[in-house]
Amino acid sequence: MQTKRSTFRNGWLPYALLAPQIIITLIFFVWPASQALMQSVYRQGDAFGVRPPTFVGLRNFAMLFDDSLYLNSLKVTLYFSVGTTVLSMGLALLFAVMVNRMIRSKDTYTTFLVWPYAIAPAIAGVLWWFIFNPNIGILPYVLNGIGYDWNHRSSSSDAMILVIVAAAWKQISYNFLFFLAGLQSIPQSLLEAAAIDGASRMKRFWTIVFPLLSPVTFFLLVVNIVYAMFDTFGVIHATTEGGPSQATNILVYKVFRDGFVNLNMGSSAAQSVILMGIVIILTVIQFRYIERRVNY
Amino acid sequence: MATIVMDDLHKVYAGGVKAVTGISLDIADGEMIVLVGPSGCGKSTLLRMVAGLETISDGTLKIGDRVVNNLEPAERDIAMVFQNYALYPHMTVFNNLAYGLRNRKFPKAEIDRRVREAAEMLEIAQFLDRKPRNLSGGQRQRVAMGRALVREPAAFLFDEPLSNLDAKLRVQMRVEIRQLQKRLKTTSLYVTHDQLEALTMADRLVVLNGGKIEQVGTPMDVFSKPASVFVAGFIGSPAMNMIDAAYLHDKGEGNALPALPQGADLIGVRPDDLLLTAPQGPHLRLSGTVALLEPAGAESHIYVMLEGNSQPITIRVQGLPTVLEGAQVDFYAALDALHPFVRETGLRVA
Repeated sequence: MQTKRSTFRNGWLPYALLAPQIIITLIFFVWPASQALMQSVYRQGDAFGVRPPTFVGLRNFAMLFDDSLYLNSLKVTLYFSVGTTVLSMGLALLFAVMVNRMIRSKDTYTTFLVWPYAIAPAIAGVLWWFIFNPNIGILPYVLNGIGYDWNHRSSSSDAMILVIVAAAWKQISYNFLFFLAGLQSIPQSLLEAAAIDGASRMKRFWTIVFPLLSPVTFFLLVVNIVYAMFDTFGVIHATTEGGPSQATNILVYKVFRDGFVNLNMGSSAAQSVILMGIVIILTVIQFRYIERRVNY
Repeated sequence: MATIVMDDLHKVYAGGVKAVTGISLDIADGEMIVLVGPSGCGKSTLLRMVAGLETISDGTLKIGDRVVNNLEPAERDIAMVFQNYALYPHMTVFNNLAYGLRNRKFPKAEIDRRVREAAEMLEIAQFLDRKPRNLSGGQRQRVAMGRALVREPAAFLFDEPLSNLDAKLRVQMRVEIRQLQKRLKTTSLYVTHDQLEALTMADRLVVLNGGKIEQVGTPMDVFSKPASVFVAGFIGSPAMNMIDAAYLHDKGEGNALPALPQGADLIGVRPDDLLLTAPQGPHLRLSGTVALLEPAGAESHIYVMLEGNSQPITIRVQGLPTVLEGAQVDFYAALDALHPFVRETGLRVA
């Protein structure tokens, strides 16, 4: 291991250089996080200061795990993250493999496939809201033609499909780029050797390409789960707002609803602390993995 | 075991670039053919056409009795050793060797037998459980060889297999590959840009230039009677000296001069064939100034500037040179050591 070490003659200079980052971290991360941690163990006082906030220990957490709505939200989040991750990674891999086989217009397709990534999540949500709108949307119209009555406002499964599609769509671009880069880093001669070794195209993919892509796949798996769990607020907010009857109320959205709509700060804070724990776990997994890097 | 017959093979790429133009070659069963030429001469393209990795634009290619133009690489019964070895990095050595056999649905016992046999032969038996990244360059090279060997194919194709090895290992592997090929008697097509590799390994060597065959022949044929200026310059190191015939008639002396073939305006002579003492029989004599001495162990190179010429003449002598830099020196060439060429066509005169 090489260590990069430079020495400063002035004692205060390194601190001054680090200060902006430290200040930002303190204000936007450490302070709110500590507030959340504190609020999670308090019961909210009333707005007029008659009853001050009271310390309740872990009761907020205990109540959460007794709350069928919260357990439902956990389940919904699981379905949603798995669905989004599988759909976006599956399609991205398919597109990447197809584009990688193209000789001409490879760059054009790549550009088109990357565009959705530049669209804000809320806009993407609105886009899908229009497409899937039971009254004016094109998709329900088409589905109606083949005898399916689409209505994500009343059907839980329709609503779940809608948010998964909307959330996955945006992530395809990102996954696509990583998969394409991964595919391009596989030496052509390996596939030629496999072809001479009598492996069919399918076999070559599953025995050579896919195993060699596994570092990329694993990295994307973590990134996509994090995305689906924490970064899809805009998509949910713009399409279903967690409904119908909690069917798409994922954890992050529930934090917002309970805290800012229902003003139950204690519960909301406890929920964000749990989310914080999940993020920490996922980050640890990712760092562990990135340090090892190669897994074959 | 098979013959390979190339009949007027052409390769034109999508952009119109012609990589191979009209190559015809008959390779006998068990023969080791070396394709040699500079970068971009089409030798690798030709090999990849035989392997089925490049389509054949025109002409027919037969391996054994079958025309294989439109067969997939897997159906051609060939095995290839790649320049970068192309080992599957996520598989153990055993699985690397077994991959081709498994794809062809060989029974497990047979796979096991063949892999172990090849591993014994190549002395990599103790590495069968390792992944390629835990092997040295030479060991990887052996694994790549093993992967070709276990298949017991009709022909081996080698695409510059030794160019990633260091000089010492290259010589060692060169000898081993040649011994192995002679023992197995498998028809082989070997691509290299290294003329020494070509000379030492080939039964016959094929010199390619610009997508065309310049000369086909045994190494000694090609070395002693190069068919063109290009071959003369490419085969043999240091390269053959080329001297204007007019200059020889003007400045040269000796009884060989009148015997030079008519029409030859460029005379080639190998550095080994230039002597510092007059030989018996007809010869010619030239003189020049010693520009540089290059001792190289068992031999030395003497670079001599001829008056009015910008390219130095190279003379190779055994041991240390007996002349001094800056000195005037006379040197001789026997008549039968002269290679007459026509400058315009680049071809040898008779």
